[in-house]
Amino acid sequence: MASKPVYSLHRNPMLKKRDDFEDVLEERRSSSDLRYALRCYTPVLYKGMTPSKASMLKSMVLQSDQLHFVMKQVSTETGKAVDDIQEEASAILEEMAHRLQLSTIRFFAYTLTKVFKNLFRSICVNEEGIQRLQQAIQEHPVVLLPSHRSYMDFLLMSYILYTYDLALPVIAAGMDFMGMKVVGEMLRMSGAFFIRRSFGGDKLYWAVFSEYVKTILKNGFAPLEFFLEGTRSRTAKSLTPKLGLLNIVMDPFFKGEVFDVNLVPVSISYERILEESLYARELLGVPKPKESTSGLFKARKVLSEDYGSIHIYFGQPVSVRSLSQGKIDRCQFNLIPRHIPKKPTEEIQGFVNDSAYRLVRAQEENMVLKPWVLLASLLLQNHHQSQASGQRPGLTRDELTQQAAWLRDLSRQYGAFLHWPDHASPSEVVSSSLSLHRGLVKMSEGRIQLAVEQGGQVNPGEPRTAVTPEEELLNRAVVILSCASYRNQALHVFLRPALLASALHAASSNHKQEVFNSFSFLRNMFSNEFILCPGATVQDFEEACFLLMKTGELQVTEHEVLVTERGQRTLGFLTNMLDPFLQGYQVVCRFLCEEASEALTEKQFIPDVRKFIIKHLLAGRLRYSEVLSSDLQKNALAALLRLGAVQKMKGAQQGTLKVNKVMVNSLEDTLGGKLPTQKAAVARL
Amino acid sequence: MAFNSSGGGSYRQQIAQQRLRIITGHLQRPEDDDSAISAVECKAPSSESDASSSEGKTVPRRRHEIMKWNGWGYSDTRFLFNKKGQAEFTGKRYRLSGLIIPGLKDWMEGTFGASVQHKSQATPILNSSSVQPPNLNEAFVEELKSTGVPYSHDAEDRVFRAHGHCLHEIFALREGKIGRVPDMVVWPNCHDDVVKIVELACKHNVCLIPYGGGTSVSSALECPPEETRSIVSLDTSQMNRILWIDEKNLTAHVEAGIVGQDLERLLNESGYCTGHEPDSMEFSSLGGWVATRASGMKKNIYGNIEDLVVHMKMVTPRGVIEKSCQGPRMSTGPDIHHFILGSEGTLGVVTEVTMKIRPMPEYQKYGSVVFPNFEQGVACLREIAKQRCAPASVRLMDNEQFKFGHALKPQVSSIFTSFVDGLKKFYITKFKGFDPNRLCVATLLFEGNRDRVLQHEKQVYDIAAKFGGLAAGEDNGQRGYMLTFVIAYLRDLGMDYYVIGESFETSVPWDRVLDMCRNVKARIVHECKERGVQFPPLSTCRVTQTYDAGACVYFYFAFNYRGLSDPVHVYEQVEHAAREEILASGGSLSHHHGVGKLRKAWMRETISNVGMGMLQSVKDYVDPANIFGNRNLL
Repeated sequence: MASKPVYSLHRNPMLKKRDDFEDVLEERRSSSDLRYALRCYTPVLYKGMTPSKASMLKSMVLQSDQLHFVMKQVSTETGKAVDDIQEEASAILEEMAHRLQLSTIRFFAYTLTKVFKNLFRSICVNEEGIQRLQQAIQEHPVVLLPSHRSYMDFLLMSYILYTYDLALPVIAAGMDFMGMKVVGEMLRMSGAFFIRRSFGGDKLYWAVFSEYVKTILKNGFAPLEFFLEGTRSRTAKSLTPKLGLLNIVMDPFFKGEVFDVNLVPVSISYERILEESLYARELLGVPKPKESTSGLFKARKVLSEDYGSIHIYFGQPVSVRSLSQGKIDRCQFNLIPRHIPKKPTEEIQGFVNDSAYRLVRAQEENMVLKPWVLLASLLLQNHHQSQASGQRPGLTRDELTQQAAWLRDLSRQYGAFLHWPDHASPSEVVSSSLSLHRGLVKMSEGRIQLAVEQGGQVNPGEPRTAVTPEEELLNRAVVILSCASYRNQALHVFLRPALLASALHAASSNHKQEVFNSFSFLRNMFSNEFILCPGATVQDFEEACFLLMKTGELQVTEHEVLVTERGQRTLGFLTNMLDPFLQGYQVVCRFLCEEASEALTEKQFIPDVRKFIIKHLLAGRLRYSEVLSSDLQKNALAALLRLGAVQKMKGAQQGTLKVNKVMVNSLEDTLGGKLPTQKAAVARL
Repeated sequence: MAFNSSGGGSYRQQIAQQRLRIITGHLQRPEDDDSAISAVECKAPSSESDASSSEGKTVPRRRHEIMKWNGWGYSDTRFLFNKKGQAEFTGKRYRLSGLIIPGLKDWMEGTFGASVQHKSQATPILNSSSVQPPNLNEAFVEELKSTGVPYSHDAEDRVFRAHGHCLHEIFALREGKIGRVPDMVVWPNCHDDVVKIVELACKHNVCLIPYGGGTSVSSALECPPEETRSIVSLDTSQMNRILWIDEKNLTAHVEAGIVGQDLERLLNESGYCTGHEPDSMEFSSLGGWVATRASGMKKNIYGNIEDLVVHMKMVTPRGVIEKSCQGPRMSTGPDIHHFILGSEGTLGVVTEVTMKIRPMPEYQKYGSVVFPNFEQGVACLREIAKQRCAPASVRLMDNEQFKFGHALKPQVSSIFTSFVDGLKKFYITKFKGFDPNRLCVATLLFEGNRDRVLQHEKQVYDIAAKFGGLAAGEDNGQRGYMLTFVIAYLRDLGMDYYVIGESFETSVPWDRVLDMCRNVKARIVHECKERGVQFPPLSTCRVTQTYDAGACVYFYFAFNYRGLSDPVHVYEQVEHAAREEILASGGSLSHHHGVGKLRKAWMRETISNVGMGMLQSVKDYVDPANIFGNRNLL
């Protein structure tokens, strides 16, 4: 278990000290927005670089040895003239490149201030993080890695950096924004550059793109910003990281072209997400509206609501140099000219993958959790339990307050970065949270419960007549999934103990090795679902044991893991937390065994499995409507593919899935806890 | 030394005269009555052309009579701060000697945060009691006596030969700490003496460590502490004759103990030179150059040592190795010379070398070019190398080193000169817009036929102009070369005021020069900070040689160690990290300093397992009993 010095400090999360926040909107509310937008802006740059024009950047890219090499190569392969290819490259670059203009930034600074003041109560930033960032920008090329939960993220980032007089980042954005003509160009002028979503085989595109990014980075023209998760997370759970860009930004360090690169994880947490129900609908299969400028204006009604506060935490800059020390032998690049593109070695791929997970973990750890996140978890569990047992749904205000206080203490002990106002009484905190999220909860007969009964709550505009059972189910699921997206924000805090709790539940005995095997199986199964660092099974197991022992819920001896009397409640809560996921994976397995035809394609998988699940939900055979989430279904399929239980076919039947029914069946059983888990025990304690 | 060859004949002669005076002084002194020294001398197989043998030589047997025992160079020459607090260079040997250097104090204070108030004195004299008594092999000594080869087990002689000039070695001496030293020193007078000594050493199982000029910076001369046998230092300094000069083939046959300055001076007297001028040439010896694969400043015209050697003899425990003819190139399997070149005293003693010589150049001219930044400078050097028109020497100093050179300007005698200097500075920084904190300077040395030199000069300046370079005068060029040779003296001054430092070198392909320089300099700063060094270190480099496929880069690194409990350890850690960074950035383990024991740890990854095996098997065959037991290299 190699543990990094950067992280090992936080081995015991309780000891971790986090910075304080400052509200950047406060000053905006009391002084002129215009003056703010027009103020003198003189950020410090890397090693005193003078900012360079976007056109100079383009010509540097087009003249680079790297690009020339690939252009010649492509020319030989395709028989096209180098000049033509050069033109192609130039066009790609034109389509891609940013055109950062201060005037656009000032425009955004002005309008965004107006908008933000309307939408949010506060935008809180850790100033110490800003200071660290400022230091880092001067010393090394910096890559900003914000979490991605909303469209707001990257405007917000540039806004904050402008506010603190820091160099504005150049941001990698998906091509889908380009659909919005005006907005796309505005974003381009505020520093975004656009990349196609997929360009796997296109050598030239890849060369132009990677050279563009590296040129920005090596010369320190501006901090680079991209989203490790690749896309917005619709579930508020961190997505498993994408490695392409991280690979590109680390490459100049490996090749000695820069002394170091600093990676700065940034955690942006929204008290209420603007896209809340939009995401839920998307997950349920109502396709997301294509990004268009007019669509954005329609979203204006969104602007009149209260979205609470935003917390932005700039994490400790992570030096690639120290991260790779002793892991990467940079001499491997000594024998080949550096401009010849080479596939990264396994060693490097492994390292980049490892680093990516650690960085996403760092993002997770610094996410501020609001009390509502805890309430959502409690209300969801209550909802499902009452459904199963037929009790009256909901909790009284006192019950909820009491349970919330319990969960608050528990999550703090697990090291959650919880923003629970200390000056207010717990019941005030609960009330204020509920009022901010009144769209998701309702009060009936003195009991607080999820607003699932009338689907109309979610989209008040529509008439409530003539709803089919299926529509009603989906409407309810919208609320459940919205609520789950808040619970998901806290998942990373409870994940490891919850895996252990579920493992204990599933294991046939309390024997430590058996519990570990079961833990290891679940962890392996869910490693597409949650952020679980590759190869850290033992570490995670120990952490889970440590946390549960610390709070007196478990006794771990040399050979046995025992639940204490007082541990029952916590363990129950923790198993319930993972239960929807377990059921989701099981139902996907069952679908593949029972319904999957020979000709099932990857494309058809989601619609088919959705139909299957709706059928079962309507029949009352499934407990959690959350399993309707396409995110969960995709992750389950990815896990099965990874484990080899399902295979993607090549050749004639390209795109079809071949299901190993025996294996899928046995995985389903193991998830249900019916079989001892021998196969999955990869690592031993 | 570059400097010696600089001022033309008159200056050279003046220096030679001075040296002669000093040396005759030594010669007139009654011969030391040290009982250990036998007076019988063996006659070298001299020839008619050996006219020089009668003349005085620089290196006496008792080196400490003219050289510092715990610092660099001549005892009479050093930097110091005089009563007025101004820096001064003492002695009469160099052009800078006797001059005030007004800028040095400010530079030292500004660069290192050092203060003239805080002195760290060295132990003034060697305390013989701190030297362990010699572990003599009586039988060996007995038989040696009968051969008549002079020897000594005097503490001062032994201590002098127990070290090179690595920082940790000099630092320990200054503190009066003496580790394992040779148990005795022998002074063979000719090849045959060496044969006898090596035979006796084999017979009595004595460890031999060849010693030439003692200028090693790779811990190569350190006695292995684990060595239990008697260690004998074989000092070649008395084998210092030019045995013959062959004007038809332009070669000279020379004994390997001769030091660079004597070799050049003696050849100059006959109108020739070798052109091999490493920075250490005042003290380093021909045998040492061969043993470390040395490189000279003017290699662009004359070549490195491996290009200069036509024939050589080495005495090994297996016997004498040499080729049978003097053909200029041979296809006879792997070149056996390449087992000897760079063998660092692990296989035997080089005794005689036939070297190429050239007629002395008719004309020499210094020059310098100022570039707006280091990147442009490197691009220019690369272009010069590409066009294969490099002058005898071209060196590109970075901004820090440029400032350093500036601080070493002696006091100006006339108001006019300082006025002109001011004007130049104004022109470059204000008129041409060079940033004084980024500009860098290349120094040049042209040599040869007068017309061709002038033509060559124009070609190089034209290329430089394409890279934004401005000609900056002969003076700056000359001072640049002076810097490299006074720096060794400067280190002693630094050590008097809590500043320690060292230089190290590497070679690197052209496309990685800039990246490597930046990374290594940054790594040094970074590591110093990590290890609690209070002030930012001096971390500077110069591109000092150009080749077709790359360049040689030289780094200087120094810091103020006040507040550190174990400065040498910190120093070594930083140097180690810097070397790792060099290797990671595509640089080599060494361009010309060699491996010694300091860089041994990296040998395997440098030359591969098989490579190590090859070298090891040569060692095993040539010296199975590890008589040449300095444990360098492998």
